[in-house]
Amino acid sequence: MMHNEFTVVEGDFANAGKASSEIKKTLKQLNIDNQKIKKIVVAVYEAEVNAIAHAYGGTIYVDLDEEKICVLIKDKGPGIPDIARAMEKGFSTASAKVREMGFGAGMGLPNIKNNVDELDIQTEIGVGTEIKMIVNFNS
Amino acid sequence: MKITDIVKVLDAQVVVGREDMDYSINHGFASDLMSDVLTLEEEHLILITGLCNNQTIRTAEMANISVILFVRNKQVSQDMIELALENDIIIISCKYSMFKTVGVLYENGLEPVY
Repeated sequence: MMHNEFTVVEGDFANAGKASSEIKKTLKQLNIDNQKIKKIVVAVYEAEVNAIAHAYGGTIYVDLDEEKICVLIKDKGPGIPDIARAMEKGFSTASAKVREMGFGAGMGLPNIKNNVDELDIQTEIGVGTEIKMIVNFNS
Repeated sequence: MKITDIVKVLDAQVVVGREDMDYSINHGFASDLMSDVLTLEEEHLILITGLCNNQTIRTAEMANISVILFVRNKQVSQDMIELALENDIIIISCKYSMFKTVGVLYENGLEPVY
């Protein structure tokens, strides 16, 4: 069992992807299947960009054992008013800055959903959003 | 196509990975939207893009893409070079537009992902 935490800072686009990169390195060292690694790091990277772009930063909690990886991304708000709409491909509230970074086309949450085995999103307006994702290594 | 051939037909420059000129690639994907790149299952490809920032390199890292070709004469920053070196990513840069670049590569046998 391994536990790791990463802090994500609002608007810090220069470092977006750092946590995902660290997670990838760890999984590679553990000889996890390459396709499984890609799935989880693509999902975490999209969520990391979301936390930097849309929320006021937050923390990424990673729990890892032989069977699965569980990643919880807890941000500091503003919350998602309509999750069903946010899950639709193409729905976006992204700023021009986010689009300049190559994101913000309404693909983030659908991409995350496609890559993980389990996804749970809890959100409260003005408080924040928690995205929990699990990828099983043996499925 | 070998990196050396890509460089020749596009009058391009290798920014990172000059020792990998014999590296060969069969497929190409062109996009400025990184989320689209992150949907690809194919990995052995060259990413052709005009989006030139750290996120381009990070996206390639997460998607296991080993060659990035920047079009429209984009300037690659030192940060990007370091990230590419850290992740064994080859960076090529050319002056052509995205349209001309993909046209030339297609004509020379580079295949689409889909």
